[in-house]
Amino acid sequence: MKRREFIQLAGMGLGASLLSIPLMGTPVPLEALLMPRMSRADKRKLADIVLNTAKAGGATYADVRIQRSLNQYIFTREAQVQNIVNTESFGVGIRVIVNGTWGFAATDEVTPDGVKRAAERAVAIAKANSRYQTEPVRLAPVPTYGEVSWKTPIEKNALEVPISEKVELLLSANAAAMKNGANFVNSALFIVNEQKYFASTDGNYVDQDIHRIWPTFNVTAINPKEGKFKSRQAMSAPMGMGYEYLSARPEGKIKGPEGTGMTMYYQYYDMIEDATQAAIQAKEMLKAPSIKPGKYDLVLEPNHLGLTIHESVGHPLELDRVLGYEANYAGTSFATLDKWKSGNFNYGNELVNLYADKTQPYALGTVGYDDEGVKTKKWYLVKDGILVDYQAIRDQAHILGHKESHGCCYADSWSSVQFQRMPNVSLEPGKKPYSVDEMIRDVDKGIYIAGRGSYSIDQQRYNFQFGGTVFYEIKGGKITGIVNDVAYQSNTQEFWNSVAAICDERDYRLFGSFFDGKGQPSQISSVSHGSATTRFNGVNVINTARKI
Amino acid sequence: MRILSKEEAKQLLEKIISYSKADECEASLSGGQEGNIRYARNTVTTSGQVENLGASFTAYFGKRSGTVTFNEFDDESIAKAVRRAEELARLAPENPEHMPVLEPQQYIETPTFVDRTAQITADYRADVAGKSIAYCKNKDLIAAGFFLDNAGFSALMNSKGLFAYNRSTGVDFSLTVRTTDGTGSGYVVQDFNDVAKFDIEAATRIAAQKALDSRNPKALEPGKYTVILEPAAAVDLLQNMLSNMDARSADEGRSFLSKPGGGTRVGEKLFDERVTIYSDPAHPEVPASPWAGDGRPREKVYWVKNGVVQNVFYSRYWAAKKGVKAIPPPANGIMLGGDKSIEEMIRSTKRGILVTRLWYIRTVDPQTLLYTGLTRDGTFYIENGKIMFPVKNFRFNESPVIMLNNLEELGKPQRINGSLVPPMKIRDFTFTSLSDAI
Repeated sequence: MKRREFIQLAGMGLGASLLSIPLMGTPVPLEALLMPRMSRADKRKLADIVLNTAKAGGATYADVRIQRSLNQYIFTREAQVQNIVNTESFGVGIRVIVNGTWGFAATDEVTPDGVKRAAERAVAIAKANSRYQTEPVRLAPVPTYGEVSWKTPIEKNALEVPISEKVELLLSANAAAMKNGANFVNSALFIVNEQKYFASTDGNYVDQDIHRIWPTFNVTAINPKEGKFKSRQAMSAPMGMGYEYLSARPEGKIKGPEGTGMTMYYQYYDMIEDATQAAIQAKEMLKAPSIKPGKYDLVLEPNHLGLTIHESVGHPLELDRVLGYEANYAGTSFATLDKWKSGNFNYGNELVNLYADKTQPYALGTVGYDDEGVKTKKWYLVKDGILVDYQAIRDQAHILGHKESHGCCYADSWSSVQFQRMPNVSLEPGKKPYSVDEMIRDVDKGIYIAGRGSYSIDQQRYNFQFGGTVFYEIKGGKITGIVNDVAYQSNTQEFWNSVAAICDERDYRLFGSFFDGKGQPSQISSVSHGSATTRFNGVNVINTARKI
Repeated sequence: MRILSKEEAKQLLEKIISYSKADECEASLSGGQEGNIRYARNTVTTSGQVENLGASFTAYFGKRSGTVTFNEFDDESIAKAVRRAEELARLAPENPEHMPVLEPQQYIETPTFVDRTAQITADYRADVAGKSIAYCKNKDLIAAGFFLDNAGFSALMNSKGLFAYNRSTGVDFSLTVRTTDGTGSGYVVQDFNDVAKFDIEAATRIAAQKALDSRNPKALEPGKYTVILEPAAAVDLLQNMLSNMDARSADEGRSFLSKPGGGTRVGEKLFDERVTIYSDPAHPEVPASPWAGDGRPREKVYWVKNGVVQNVFYSRYWAAKKGVKAIPPPANGIMLGGDKSIEEMIRSTKRGILVTRLWYIRTVDPQTLLYTGLTRDGTFYIENGKIMFPVKNFRFNESPVIMLNNLEELGKPQRINGSLVPPMKIRDFTFTSLSDAI
């Protein structure tokens, strides 16, 4: 399923007509979700059949993922539940190297015979393709860990929370929005659990239990007389957490800038409070003035800036893109190897430190081991403004002269082949104490942008355009009110060199996406990006209002 | 092969439904196989094959429903699955918008399945990659491509006796060819139900020539230009517009089709009078399943005729509430055009830009259907009927509604991404900035 289709199905774009279509898997009853499908010992037996079959067929390397994906999606609008979907997908993906060439096969026949046949198919595919192979695969070594396991450190498994409790929360948020003047509200809760068993001919057997959650809504206010409508999305972030994310604990909140009346959220989200402020803001937007285009100093809030980091830093530093492996789909990259080798390429100015981290707590991309069995870690991509590294997996590490993989290999399903995916990529907060209010006081002509909006960037990641959820104009150090029709256009290197200040760690929080897309067939991946509110000077802002 | 015949699917669905004691129920089956090969840097990178077969069963008690799926088909497994769905239905909240299952429907036959596409092998795929790579290598170009084939079936039955079945096959191919100096890039994208219509060498030649022609582009100032959008450039904007033609959003006042003061713009002339867009599952060039996922028959439907909005699509609930026919969303888009080739359209252009492809298209404003995105893989300046030189890529901010009002000319439609789209010449297309991307 493509990202756009998913978003439409989630009720943010279309009516209820399509909501009965199962999403990324097949619907199952709740009780079935919570029963283990297969014991670890049985998985190991199947894994060994695969590895032995592959080796007997001539494979110099093989790995197998026995994966069960459990998802629950709840969709509501106003006072009613539109759909509750429980999905399960269970199967085996097998990857082999024969004659220096990858082959992949997958099956939902999770039996000794089924996996053996799939392993033979993977070997046959690798052999067929090796006729055209010109760059034999070279794998960076992986230590032998033996049998290991990892679990997302959740407090409460969201799949175990009664459906009635989850439905009530969503309907309460909807009611809060309607009470405060919304005309429509769609809300949804997405719960994801990946149970992954990985084994390889390196002697590793990795059992992982990965959890993610995403509550969200879209509040709409309309002015029927003028035929106008404005929407305001949730300020939540998808998180690598359990149901505790929805606990609305006060320590998870932070006051928004003076003049906005907003509350922002760290790792605990208050959906009812946010729905209330969303309705108030959506109504304000209907009356707000249109922005005058020109140069502005932008003050970008973390739940907005995360998407800009994702597109302008995360993607261009994927090594497969840099090398041309994604040329036919996601594109290539301006951040070419010669720029990295020079050791002095100013990706940003000296304030800018960007790091990758597959171990960061609460983040979506955090796991113990990646889908090649590599233990995860943290590393810098941009240090003091200079490009210092990329994101690389086992068959790419040698290109950078690295002795080991960065551990960022991922497949979105048992039926998809794993490949290099973006880790959590984040901007380090400023080192000196500096609050958002102090930052805004220092801005004479600017715009404060909160939340995600429209986003688009070219295939080499130079030119981008971003919108946002809500825009506040700043004049003479003060927020003066909401403005509409804002989008900013810039160039990646110019943009990261225009950083004027970064707030300190008190403002640091995560943005996230369930729908990072890459590869053919297209795969999605979940990833988080942390930052503190950051000021960018003199960015070009366009006015997006049109008449039809 | 997991493609059940019509009779096999019917028997299995009847068996599943026979186990249910619910007020109403429906069951569906789908299965098939999918193979692919991907190449880049003139070498094969990944390749795979996936098989799958599954069933879904939904039980209804009043306005409550429960759904399960399963992939084991012995009597005991089927009975267990049906029981579970019924238990879940009893626990579920009532859906006030619930609709009873459909009465039996009549479906037309559509030519979606082609045997030879279902017979594609790993060797065939390797040869596709091999020929494409060889052609590009020979010209000192770099190929990155993807070929995917699938063959499958789907079937639906409910307790009122509705039965629907369809088989389909397809191949999808796309290729980006870049020059070794990194200053040129070309693209081709094709899709067919019948693999015999696919010619890897001809397709590769298109992308390779675009790469060679697009080397060392010159920068033009952003602004409003006359553009010729090739079908691959126009298709996404058209499909995005069609997917926004939902009746309920329009009625609720939150769509580009909502009218100030209430009501919708159905019946209004919103586009140039040469704009006619319909969908038709039986169209021989772009066949689609004759039924929507919920069993509604798909028919030929005009969405826009001579510039006038004709229809919007409905959920069954919303149609019942409004007392109108429940037209399902379109399965394909067919836009009428003319007879001219792209070359002829260039010849009649005094000054303009030829766009091979638009990319990374995202909604900027749902009120006006304003989209942004970029040109990519072959953008050329036209003067006095001739392509003069390649130009740097542009970012655009444009609405298909405005674009289809600024129509100059339509060319001969081509199949693209399951739809039939003509190349179109548009005046005053809005480019807002330049991109250095090749």
